[in-house]
Amino acid sequence: MGAVELWTFILVILTFGIYLYIGYTSRVRDTKGFYVAGQGVPAMANGAATAADWMSAASFISMAGLISFMGFDGAIYLLGWTGGYVLLALLLAPYLRKFGKYTVPDFVGDRYYSKTARAVAAIAAVFVSLTYVAGQMRGVGVVFGRFLGLDVNWGVVIGMVIVAFFAVLGGMKGITWTQVAQYFVLILAFIIPAVAISTQLTGNPIPQLGLVFSNITNNLDDIQRELGFQEYTQPFTNLDQLNVFAITIALMIGTAGLPHVIVRFYTVPNVRAARYSAGWALLFIALLYTTAPALAVFARYNLINSLNGAQVASVTGTEEEPIYNLTYPDGREDAGQPIEWATSWQEAGLLSFTPDAVGDEVTISMASATGGFAEATIDRDIIVLATPEIAQLSPFVIALVAAGGLAAALSTASGLLLVISSAFSHDIYYRLINPNADEAQRLLVGRIVIFFGVVAAGYFGINPPGFVAEVVAFAFGLAAASFFPIILLGIFDKRANNYGAIAGMLTGLIFTMVMILLMRSVQLFGTEAPIIESFFGITAQGIGTVGAILNFLVTFIVSRATAAPPQEIQDLVESVRVPRGVSAAPAHGD
Amino acid sequence: MATADRKIAKVDSAEKAQAYWKTNIRLILGLLAVWALVSYVAAIGLAIPLDGVRIGNVPFSFWMAHQGAIVVFVILIFTYAKVMDRVDNKFDVHE
Repeated sequence: MGAVELWTFILVILTFGIYLYIGYTSRVRDTKGFYVAGQGVPAMANGAATAADWMSAASFISMAGLISFMGFDGAIYLLGWTGGYVLLALLLAPYLRKFGKYTVPDFVGDRYYSKTARAVAAIAAVFVSLTYVAGQMRGVGVVFGRFLGLDVNWGVVIGMVIVAFFAVLGGMKGITWTQVAQYFVLILAFIIPAVAISTQLTGNPIPQLGLVFSNITNNLDDIQRELGFQEYTQPFTNLDQLNVFAITIALMIGTAGLPHVIVRFYTVPNVRAARYSAGWALLFIALLYTTAPALAVFARYNLINSLNGAQVASVTGTEEEPIYNLTYPDGREDAGQPIEWATSWQEAGLLSFTPDAVGDEVTISMASATGGFAEATIDRDIIVLATPEIAQLSPFVIALVAAGGLAAALSTASGLLLVISSAFSHDIYYRLINPNADEAQRLLVGRIVIFFGVVAAGYFGINPPGFVAEVVAFAFGLAAASFFPIILLGIFDKRANNYGAIAGMLTGLIFTMVMILLMRSVQLFGTEAPIIESFFGITAQGIGTVGAILNFLVTFIVSRATAAPPQEIQDLVESVRVPRGVSAAPAHGD
Repeated sequence: MATADRKIAKVDSAEKAQAYWKTNIRLILGLLAVWALVSYVAAIGLAIPLDGVRIGNVPFSFWMAHQGAIVVFVILIFTYAKVMDRVDNKFDVHE
């Protein structure tokens, strides 16, 4: 077993052991523990759990790579996936905590005094979360595959077993505290390589400072210009300004509308803690999200610098899949030395060269302005996965990245699974079908449903739908268009009523879904060309913004065209707006 | 007598709740204005006009979009939490 494999094995056993231990000590005996962790999670710990819940395998592995290839326009992810937390903190979290029930459909159903609204919300929550979780379990399998050489499917099964253990035993409590542990693993795993490469390339160990105060960004801009690319810092080279606006808005309000994020604010002791918890969450998220763009620049610079003008020393592998063994180009300290990571990443399928590259030299030339390389095909995941190797860090650090990726995937998957399960066991079974169920029954149903949820997620991990990337964009667009507007109006507009909310949710949901299906028909249905190109210039990623606007309008108008909410609902809204009177134990069956 | 007292108390507390809510809304709007300013205006809207301006060695809008706005977001949330602590106490609605 190579050093990296051995270290990965050790770190995986260690971290998984910690998660299992925490899961065991967090086991719960009642529904309050199972759904909202007994409302006893301190603000800072809750912030860490939220951060881990939020940052999925995509954030951890792919985002830096996405930014690396998009340059300035990567801002849609950086701004979009952080700005929503301001919306949560100011507009949603404190009031939902005061409301104090167990799920998002709980709020929708009670505030809009409607079983239909609750059912629609539950279905929307399942849809949004299910689309998201498909990718996570797959991510677990992929990390196992790349780092331990295990079959991807076995990796998924192992992940399933771990999640099933702490989720079934501990519900939200087990999930929350394992997420706290997972945050520490993932942030260490992300920052250590970034600090190392920052020191090497800029002399500054703090990546955020190295990015701004050294010459590296200028050098990258210069190199890109020389090679015929647009400058890295040039805005709107990948997307036009309208779409950068629309996508950023869609991602921000989508963030604030995602059920698995919203429920994280039910688990703190009181309203004040909810506000602070949002701050801690964003702080912990920002640690990674301000490091990623620095990493993106460093790694991209390093890649171009190493590969442009590299010499081909030999060609191994097969006819169909040749492996070009390269040596560093002239003008560098290590000129003529073999580029080891280039060989191993070709073997792993993350890097490949076109046959034109054969001969003496590899040249990076441009076919399109999207930041890709014409002669070398680079999987963007390489930015995070390969950086420790490129920076020549020890195998221990490389293995740490694997453990971090797993932590990110498992933490997000478990948060999503709780939402899916609670939609069935709490909102549909308990609140709609059998309101007379007692504590023990509800707890049992909750555990059974979450177990099957894990199995279903694992199934999708093993047989992923072909359109995983589309599917996450779906999730955000739908959350933005269906949940955010009616929750917001539920708190800030006393006149919003049941008909308005149902009409608004359905409008947002259906419009967004139809638009995405039409615009992405190539990827989803295999049509020749997209059935429609865009909606007044706005593409599928940003269409959630339009859906949300429609939802707002419809909810507002329909509410005023129909009967006002009953007095007790208006009183509910009044009470949700005031911190005092936060109940420790909401009496259910009321 | 007691009923009148209770009625007055109810009106008082309703007015208090309204005043509290108004304060909350004003604070939220102010913070959201900054939120929009650093992201949609400074980072996206003005990206092209502000092309020559630099922070350190990088263009201003680029820095805002990739780092600065995120830092401001964190500050905004903690500001809201701290200010609301005071406001909660002032209107006597804290837990």
